[in-house]
Amino acid sequence: MKKATTKTQLNWFITIIILLLIYWFSFQGINFSGIKDSAGQVLQAIIHGIVHPEWKYVYDGSGEDLVSLLIQTLAIAFLGTFISALLSVPFAFWAARSNHELAGHPRSNSGKIILTVVRTFPEIVLAIMFIKAVGPGSFAGVLAVSIHSIGMLGKLFSEAIENMDQRANEALVSVGGNSLQVLFLATLPTIMPEFLSYTLYRFEIAVRSASILGMVGAGGIGTPLLFAIQTRNWSRMGIILIGIIIMVTLIDWFSGILRKKLA
Amino acid sequence: MNQLPTQSWTAKWHLKTIIIVLILCGLLIKSAQICEINGSALSQNFSQFFDLLKKMSHPQWSYGEIVLQPIIETIKMAIIGTTLGAICALPLCIFAARNIITNRFITSSIRFILNIIRTIPDLMLAAVFVAIVGIGPLAGIFTLAVFSFGMIAKLFYEAIETIDNGPLEALEAAGANKVQIIVFAVLPQVMNNFISYFLYTLEINVRASTVLGYLGAGGIGVYLQRSLDSYNYQQTAIIILAILVVVLIIDGLSNYLREKLL
Repeated sequence: MKKATTKTQLNWFITIIILLLIYWFSFQGINFSGIKDSAGQVLQAIIHGIVHPEWKYVYDGSGEDLVSLLIQTLAIAFLGTFISALLSVPFAFWAARSNHELAGHPRSNSGKIILTVVRTFPEIVLAIMFIKAVGPGSFAGVLAVSIHSIGMLGKLFSEAIENMDQRANEALVSVGGNSLQVLFLATLPTIMPEFLSYTLYRFEIAVRSASILGMVGAGGIGTPLLFAIQTRNWSRMGIILIGIIIMVTLIDWFSGILRKKLA
Repeated sequence: MNQLPTQSWTAKWHLKTIIIVLILCGLLIKSAQICEINGSALSQNFSQFFDLLKKMSHPQWSYGEIVLQPIIETIKMAIIGTTLGAICALPLCIFAARNIITNRFITSSIRFILNIIRTIPDLMLAAVFVAIVGIGPLAGIFTLAVFSFGMIAKLFYEAIETIDNGPLEALEAAGANKVQIIVFAVLPQVMNNFISYFLYTLEINVRASTVLGYLGAGGIGVYLQRSLDSYNYQQTAIIILAILVVVLIIDGLSNYLREKLL
């Protein structure tokens, strides 16, 4: 008993030392004195701008106003999620492990590794690469959303396939259905509600990310947002921020209702 | 009375499905129009993309040494930012948990504020903090602190709400005050969850901090922007590889620690 206590004490001691080292190391070389003298004034101006948003920017019919750019943002998220949902299906079947296979099956493992790499790759970096390839604009944003979403959707889809109810499959096999028939008449209908629910969830995330993709030049509301911040136009930033918050909240609420219906 | 079940004519002609498909198709076409996507541009763009990939397939390995410093700075930013956010979130999340604070007005208003903070995009925060404190890692640290504050506070109060009420009642029956209840009944139950969520947020922050520099908030993103602006794709390839390696390592480490904790 006594030995166990000294061991836990030692463990605690080592953990604390490691933590202290990590934090000591982290604070090295970060310059904390670099705050500009004008920081207080800028902060005041920002708060003033957010409290007094520029209402006439909401809609002026020019196509460069808040509403049309928010719709463009939604379009990017919608197209991107739709494309990635289609592309994720083959990846999901690749990564899913069926019951009779062992844990370390090479096909399923390789699929899972690819999905992990796609998932960890930062979406903004992807968007920047696509901008360099196809030029700035919403198309780069659509591509970035659709490729990045494969990582998460593929993982969720493959887990849905792994945990699905096998009885419909077995029923079709037992009456002599070939594998194509099993796929279209048993597997896909069984997992469809889950697929749709995950896709909706991913759409919520895509709306959030599409609203900032424009800050690196990939279309949507992000471009005027960055422009407003860089030109210190705080009241315009305020109205854009309000627009984004309302849009994200509405989409979350709407998709939540739909997902409850599906489940 | 034996009767075959009759289908209504809407079900017979799959009217609901057809309407949903039509709506989806309409939305898709409209979205494609808004985003100005058409077939010919698509094929042309893809050849350009493969050109870019070809340029990036010969990384300039010697650039790796230069990249090492900023990528460590990125991790430092993430650690300090997440810690700051967590320290600020800890007291607030206790006021948002409904089983500790019974006043609905307080919990609801704190939750409302937290929801708004979480919808503010991180890149926008970065741009704003660059404007406030100037270009450099400090802006990134503040960005990550605010961003993780919103997220950690939400995860924390949800963890607090799922705890077992027994110890709380026991302490209350023994005459403990609110602070004593929190320290001796709430915190011991949720400590492991707290550390796990902290690590999870750190994971997300490392991923986010790699791009904050693109707007001037320090870290590897500054170098990413520099190499892209000078069309030096061999260096870009190294930076992207470095980001990928660091993110994968941090993810793996944090997953391992979290599995050990729970």
